Amino acid sequence: MLAYTVRRILVSIPVLIASTFIVFLVVVNAGDPVANFATSRQPRPSPAAIQAFARHIHANEPAVQRYWNWITGVLHGDWGPSVQPNLDIGHDLFTRFRVTLTLVAAAMLIALVLAVVFGVFSAIRQYTAADYTITFFGFLFLAMPVFWFAVLLKQAGIWFNEQTGSQFLGTIGEKSPYLEVDTTWNEFTDRIGHLALPTITLALVSFASWTRYTRASMLEVLNSDYVRLARAKGLRRRTVMVRHALRTALIPLATVTALDIAIILGGAVITETIFQWHGMGEMLVESAATVDVYRTMAWLLLSAVVVIGFNLIADLLYAVLDPRIRYD
Amino acid sequence: MTDTEAAGSAGTQLPPTEHEFTITQRTQTQLVLRRFLRHRAAMVSLVVFVLILLWAFIGPHLWHYSYQKYTPDNSQAPSWKHPFGTNASGYDAYAQVMRGTQTSLKIAILIALGSTLLGAVWGAVAGFYRGFVDSTMMRIADLVLTLPLFAIALVISSRSGGSWYWIAAVIAGLTWAYVARVVRATVLSLREKEFVEAAKALGASDARIIFRHLLPNSLGPIIVNATVLVATGILTETALSFVGFGVQPPDTSLGLLVSQAQTAVDTRPWLFYIPGAFIIAIALTINFIGDGLRDAFDPRQQRVRQ
Repeated sequence: MLAYTVRRILVSIPVLIASTFIVFLVVVNAGDPVANFATSRQPRPSPAAIQAFARHIHANEPAVQRYWNWITGVLHGDWGPSVQPNLDIGHDLFTRFRVTLTLVAAAMLIALVLAVVFGVFSAIRQYTAADYTITFFGFLFLAMPVFWFAVLLKQAGIWFNEQTGSQFLGTIGEKSPYLEVDTTWNEFTDRIGHLALPTITLALVSFASWTRYTRASMLEVLNSDYVRLARAKGLRRRTVMVRHALRTALIPLATVTALDIAIILGGAVITETIFQWHGMGEMLVESAATVDVYRTMAWLLLSAVVVIGFNLIADLLYAVLDPRIRYD
Repeated sequence: MTDTEAAGSAGTQLPPTEHEFTITQRTQTQLVLRRFLRHRAAMVSLVVFVLILLWAFIGPHLWHYSYQKYTPDNSQAPSWKHPFGTNASGYDAYAQVMRGTQTSLKIAILIALGSTLLGAVWGAVAGFYRGFVDSTMMRIADLVLTLPLFAIALVISSRSGGSWYWIAAVIAGLTWAYVARVVRATVLSLREKEFVEAAKALGASDARIIFRHLLPNSLGPIIVNATVLVATGILTETALSFVGFGVQPPDTSLGLLVSQAQTAVDTRPWLFYIPGAFIIAIALTINFIGDGLRDAFDPRQQRVRQ
């Protein structure tokens, strides 16, 4: 198992390098920051200033050389120059990563717990009104655009605050700019209040697809011989469900959850845009709009590490959870 | 689908033999079609989807307002004159939603076609040749799968200037790898079947085997995947347009319409709810159609009791 883990990590490294190299070529060719600099600044910069700017962001060097300098620089903690003066990309990235991490972790946790509860319930009560209702909402949420639901939820939050006369549900930003009574408890509730609506938004789509998945997986297990045997030998229904069926049914879910991380990151970008969080979503949108090559690359590198890391976790989890799978 | 159909399509129809039981012979296609027609949710969805499609593509020619023409009435609630109301600058929302649906559908369908075509051929070639070709091609596909779709699409399409085929090309360029994996898995099992061996023995070229035998026989999973991709496509495109990196004004898409209406949810709710409802309706019907097709092509995976 340890040998397998080490080998898997070693295989991930060339994948990461190849993936970032392709992405780097794409990003470098996806826009012209120098032209953007020359036309969008007021007053118009002088040719000398444009030259200096192009040199500063290495715009005139060949892409392969830029990639090499960038990737070796990152290993030393140098994330490259941003088009914005005095912006430390590394510091920016990790500050924002912490903000986004809270959102993504909370959403995944909630989606997973609810998906298991509803999926299992739906499978046990197959073809009942409850099952049809859950299935219907599953389909509906799968078809619901995240941004549309987020705007609706934001409106509902504003309405809720007006009705109750409180400021509990935050609809702008990840925290209040300042707190009247600055205690740890107040800070905590403020964070939770701001986290609530974006988390529901982000959890929704994953919840829908994972519920469908749990249901299908649970049904498959319930129809298998060993579950019938467990019932036949006189075990109580509850014991069979929890000890025999559920444990097996959850194995494939672990993989699916881990593999969906790329989709969740995409959803986080939209959610953060609507709730105006200063997280990685804002960073991506900003750097795409300002044609900021190194800032975009920092974002994509971190997300590639997260995605590949989750793929790795999925593989290892599968090995740990499923006794039939043995890696040497 | 199996060898019987391959033989049938090659024109070697078996001579009619005397049957002891009178059962009408059905081809594989007829069986699939019958199963699909019986799938109620999928059939209703198909009808609704086709109606939306016709409405979006033919409607603009019949409707007396254009999506880019001002009308003297602004901020009007839905009425007979303006069924979906008008926005603050006086555009007729009915014409705009029609145009937005058309653009979004155009992009989604192009995404599905493009990535299915590329992915199917890619997967079939990889599965057919196996060995080095397979591992190289599938490593490339795996690489594409690790790229976060929405983020990369956002970065690339920021340069597109909002042309719809460019947005479609970018998204299709990131989704084909899913199709490639599915088709490869199907082809891996198909290539061992007798009819492929027979074709080889008859001297068929590799290209002929891939395009005449392997791909047509893996049509089931390919069609199901293409359907799902339409839903993925429309949700991705509208999200891109919403954030401001997709379709650009003066053209419009359902995502752009929702984005323009997000501050008017309370004051002019019709501008926000109607385009959103269209996105949901399209994605929902497509998912149901996909489910029906999956059941029809592969009755073992039945999800709906008949």
